[in-house]
Amino acid sequence: MAAEGHSSIDALGQFTLEPALGAIGRSVNFTQANTMMVVASGLVLALLVVGMRPRAMVPGRLQAAAELAYEFVLGMCNDQIGHGGKKFFPVVFCLFFFILFGNVLGLFPYFFTFTSHIAVTLAMSTFVFCLVTFVALKEHGLHFFSYFLPKGIPMAMAPLVILIEIISYLSRIISLSVRLFANMMAGHIILDVFASFVVMLGLAGGIFLIPAGLSLVTNVALFGLELLVATLQAYVFAILTCIYLHDAVHLH
Amino acid sequence: MKPLRRVVPFAASLLMLPVAAMAAGMPQMDFKNPLTTSQVVWGAIIFAVLYIVASKFALPKVGAVLEERAAHIANDLEAAQASKLKADAGMAEATAAIAKARAEAQSAINAALDAAKGAAAEQSAALNARLEKQLSDAETQIARARTQAMSALREVATETAATVVARLTGQVPDPQRLSGAIGAALAARGVG
Repeated sequence: MAAEGHSSIDALGQFTLEPALGAIGRSVNFTQANTMMVVASGLVLALLVVGMRPRAMVPGRLQAAAELAYEFVLGMCNDQIGHGGKKFFPVVFCLFFFILFGNVLGLFPYFFTFTSHIAVTLAMSTFVFCLVTFVALKEHGLHFFSYFLPKGIPMAMAPLVILIEIISYLSRIISLSVRLFANMMAGHIILDVFASFVVMLGLAGGIFLIPAGLSLVTNVALFGLELLVATLQAYVFAILTCIYLHDAVHLH
Repeated sequence: MKPLRRVVPFAASLLMLPVAAMAAGMPQMDFKNPLTTSQVVWGAIIFAVLYIVASKFALPKVGAVLEERAAHIANDLEAAQASKLKADAGMAEATAAIAKARAEAQSAINAALDAAKGAAAEQSAALNARLEKQLSDAETQIARARTQAMSALREVATETAATVVARLTGQVPDPQRLSGAIGAALAARGVG
């Protein structure tokens, strides 16, 4: 993907969507991003189904991993959402592991990162926003709108405060989606740029082999960082979802 | 020269990267491409399938195993607690029994000791009395024998003295004077 146009770096080419699954995929606009989504979902389900197959009292490695995944997200739901958190456990679990596997799989060479597309992350954050608003309206009815006017605010300040609260509430869609998208995209651009350095400087030969080697070392370190970012961003997305759900269930 | 020609524009393009990214347009922002929106539709379908399979099938299975284990552990703990209570009760019972047995044994020992002491005291009192009697009997016999011996001593002394005097002087001594002198001599020796 690098150094295609003689001497410029095409760091964005990696995000280009292509039809996948041959002619059938082309006819229904199934992209390689969707292939990765299927792989990620399949791996999540495989972890749970294959891992729990022994149903052992003392779990083996894979079962322990599946149980750890389950209890980690369950703990997050119970801690963050509080009372009534168990109801939202499946959706938080799916969001967390869908994003986590998407992020981590994207780090493999030639694998597409579907979380690096704003359209995908925006859809997910919009889904969370709609879910949260729906839950809030269902739990509290019209009383939900008192959320936008915190108690103890002078009446004169009310219009301004309500405006700010509504903007901050709506901006959750943007912040949630852009945070994930920008992190994943930036990481992959940097990895691509340094990989291109290695190739271009390496081809130049001679003295340029030194910076080429340094770029390679940097890329190895960056890859570790990107693993951290991939995990962290999935966690951030899930925990913010939990916090928003807490607000929806308990209104502050 | 050739490598430099390649590297310089490359470095320049690197500096321009953020600008280029915005200017060239990210593939993510290319909403004219039908794939950009279609991936979201497919993504929604895939996520829905993931959610349904996970929430209806995969996750409850994990939950069931975890609950089973928690119940098993709770049962075991309960059983252990019950056994411990039972063991504690048995222990207390045993301790009480031991204390009771010890007290009984102690009282039996005391009774036996008292009885033995009483019997021994009686026996020794009887023995003492018998010995005392024998002693006093012996003493009176001795006293009698002594007085007899003492009175015999005076006779023997008088006869001997009379004989000695008669042999030495040739005349029988006055019995009155002799008896007085013997009495004085015996009294002086403390036997009279």
